[in-house]
Amino acid sequence: MTPVGIAFRLLVLVLMVAFLANPGLFEPLLLPLTRNGAPAIYVQGDLVALTLNHLAIVAMATGAATIIAVGLAMLVSRPSGVEFLPLSRSIVNIGQTFPPVAVLAIAVPLVGFGDRPALIALFLYGLLPIFENALVGLTGVPAAVADAARGMGLTPRQILFRVDLPLALPLILSGVRLSAVIALSTAAIGSTVAAKTLGEVIIAGLLSGNTAFVVQGGLLVAGLAILIDGVFVAAERFAAHRVGALQLRTA
Amino acid sequence: MIEIGHVTRKFGAAVAVDDVTVTAPGGAITALVGTSGSGKTTLLRMINRLIEPTSGTIAIDGVDTRTLKPFELRRRIGYVIQGDGLFPHRSVAGNIGTVPALLGWDRPRIRARVAELMEMFQLDPAVYARRLPHELSGGQRQRVGVARALAAGPRVLLMDEPFGALDPIIRLKAQDDLLALQKRLGTTIVLVTHDMNEALRLGDFIAVMDAGKLLQFATPAEMLVRPATPFVEELIGTGDRPFRLLALAPVSEIVEPGTAGGPPVPATATQYEALASLAWDGRSAAPVAAPDGTIVGIVTVTGLLRHAARPR
Amino acid sequence: MAVSLRPDKVGVLVAVIAAAAAASPFATFKANRIVAGAPRSLFEALPPTGAAILAAVLAVAVVVALLRTPGWLRLAAALAALGALAVAIGAVPAHLTPEGDRLARVGPSTGFWLSLVAFAVMAADASIRLRLGPLARIVAVLLVALGVALLLRTGAWDGLSVMKEYAGRSDAFWREAGRHVALALGSLAAAIVVGIPLGVLCHRVPAVRGAILGVLNVVQTIPSIAMFGMLIAPLAAVAAAFPFLAALGVGGIGAAPAFVALFAYALLPMVANTVVGLASVPAAAVDAARGMGMTARQRLVRVEFPLAFPVILTGIRIVLVQNLGLATIAGLIGGGGFGVFVFQGLGQTAIDLVLLGALPTVALAFSAAILLDAAVEASRGRLA
Repeated sequence: MTPVGIAFRLLVLVLMVAFLANPGLFEPLLLPLTRNGAPAIYVQGDLVALTLNHLAIVAMATGAATIIAVGLAMLVSRPSGVEFLPLSRSIVNIGQTFPPVAVLAIAVPLVGFGDRPALIALFLYGLLPIFENALVGLTGVPAAVADAARGMGLTPRQILFRVDLPLALPLILSGVRLSAVIALSTAAIGSTVAAKTLGEVIIAGLLSGNTAFVVQGGLLVAGLAILIDGVFVAAERFAAHRVGALQLRTA
Repeated sequence: MIEIGHVTRKFGAAVAVDDVTVTAPGGAITALVGTSGSGKTTLLRMINRLIEPTSGTIAIDGVDTRTLKPFELRRRIGYVIQGDGLFPHRSVAGNIGTVPALLGWDRPRIRARVAELMEMFQLDPAVYARRLPHELSGGQRQRVGVARALAAGPRVLLMDEPFGALDPIIRLKAQDDLLALQKRLGTTIVLVTHDMNEALRLGDFIAVMDAGKLLQFATPAEMLVRPATPFVEELIGTGDRPFRLLALAPVSEIVEPGTAGGPPVPATATQYEALASLAWDGRSAAPVAAPDGTIVGIVTVTGLLRHAARPR
Repeated sequence: MAVSLRPDKVGVLVAVIAAAAAASPFATFKANRIVAGAPRSLFEALPPTGAAILAAVLAVAVVVALLRTPGWLRLAAALAALGALAVAIGAVPAHLTPEGDRLARVGPSTGFWLSLVAFAVMAADASIRLRLGPLARIVAVLLVALGVALLLRTGAWDGLSVMKEYAGRSDAFWREAGRHVALALGSLAAAIVVGIPLGVLCHRVPAVRGAILGVLNVVQTIPSIAMFGMLIAPLAAVAAAFPFLAALGVGGIGAAPAFVALFAYALLPMVANTVVGLASVPAAAVDAARGMGMTARQRLVRVEFPLAFPVILTGIRIVLVQNLGLATIAGLIGGGGFGVFVFQGLGQTAIDLVLLGALPTVALAFSAAILLDAAVEASRGRLA
């Protein structure tokens, strides 16, 4: 990460903490966005609690998705699961075409309103990027390395845990990063199904025509996304350096 | 000693290795030569059961390889492949210590063994132990690959084109190192190569394969002199046969009594080197010096040429 | 033909899902639009003969899946099962709704959806085994679309709750469908026009590459709902400052912020794929072109673009699928599209209305993905 990138992310962090600790400080900046004397700072709910709940939903859904997706990728990339490999590739490919909003909306009839449909939608939608990346990583171990591992007498299990998984780690992290960033965004939409997230602030702004709410909610979620993205990019770089391969970042 | 008896391997309808019987003598280097698709790599990989034979038996030092679990068998056999196959996420020390760790050695013993091997391969542990493979040169990676294969002190070492990825000068050095190492450790080595020059240079014995069949198993000199089939003869090349023959034997074998002037030729030099030296200087004879410096006789151009001629 | 007794592994998966479907309710019956539904099993939901026929067709398909049967038979069995499901669900409302009840709502339930998943998986697996070429896949999508259109036309599904929502607002449905597609395609076109030259610039001038891709990456992390919302303010200001733009339809609320947001999200995939595509052109080909005396422009048009085309097309695929999904958010800010129904439905807790918006969105994105994947494969095949 460049020094500019690090400085930018630090600035985002400082501004976010300052805003959450004392939103009043920023009132003069937001006031011009309001009309008819509407309040500039969202006070119907506790911004800190919303932020934490937003993060908690994303963390739970993404954590569960990581465990399941990496587990499935491990199964499918072993010789005994090879019959599922092409099928699972196309399921992932097609599954990603499901729009997050649609997944969210379809989860409501199954579990009702609240945090739960958001969790389910985030979890389901989060599976795909992680699975796809884990699969690419686990099946992309160089042939010479795989051959050497077998030739030295590593058991299939040892090959999986000592060679394949560590080598796939940067790609898996990249998948988790994509999932987490998408989940942050989808969790905001989750407010439309009554999930307690920062989307509540944005929706309140849209409903009352108060742009100040939209902007503060949006910037808070964007800030979270930028910070989480930064943390994962750093972790990926570190892991990729360990395996000596810096992939071109395209997404 | 590796005894391969009537081993056949089929892939579907294709026969990769066709009823091969051959014994790689213990404590020697056996070079397995052939073009790509000849079955040489398949044969090698059947020794450590990376590929299972369709039929036939393989025994190492009298023990049938089928009596061991594949991964236990492999931990007793060193394995080196082209492009080194080092684990990119493990340090040099971690790579070399892989098999000892699998065998459950304790940490101090692994550390000591890794240091010993790194010294043996001219890699300063203080500098290189913590480096990752991508931070090494090609030659260094190749040495780490061989050190890793030797870590648990295997009696048998299998090598599949181990020098294929190295450029010519580093390759010569690596080949010399392997010869010295084999002399010192007495390891039984089977080495696959497509390069007959490499086989002649390294092999105590050469096995030539084509289309899955073993065409000839012989010492390098015998193979030069009496190639079993036209294919073997073509593989060796007929143009510089006399010189290759000279390159296989030391000067000490053809020392004649007498005296000659000029700088001496070492008795340990190959006859090829002696002829080259005499031809360059325009001399017809030179004194021969034993390793301790004493002159033990002379070597003559006539004597060298006699030795280079086709045996009758 | 020889059939091994060892079950097919994918077939086992299909059978497990189908078994779960059999254990779940096939349809739901609701006394009116808002209340919670009551589950109805397959044999409750359909007349005995109809239920028996459907169960038999599905059972045969599962047996075909479990045995190691040839690909074409698997595909035929899976399509037959899917077709039977589609016809059967249309027959449920007539059977379940009491005579004269105009408020009752009948819709598919877990069992139906799981069966759909099971046999869709089977069909996908069979088409992979058959190695269907790009053209065959495009034809398959068109045939399925034709089948669905036929079922809609004949009114076979008219009794279903989703269709009742449609019946009440068919004008609005087609208006929003038009807006949805216009938003997605329009912003895609804009992204192509701007993104490809930007990609060429990034490829030619490495100094600006990091900056452009960096900014676009940050744009990509902004949550969609916030992006749509935050564009309201600046666009309202623009419209206020330039009345002629307002006359053109630019404004804070409506399609303009949605269009700009979709365009902003679409730029990264377009630029990045153009850069990757150009970078993957073999250096030898470019060198040969230069050696033959082509100008920079000729090289770009005759050598680099044709070779980079499959990767650029992949970028277009990503953008189109992403846009079709994201355009739903426009419904929140008055931009139209299928999102209107989704969010109205969520607001009224009317799930059928939600589905009226969500199902066409999924179908559009899904077909676009299959069609463009086939196009990408065809363009690669031409080069290989």
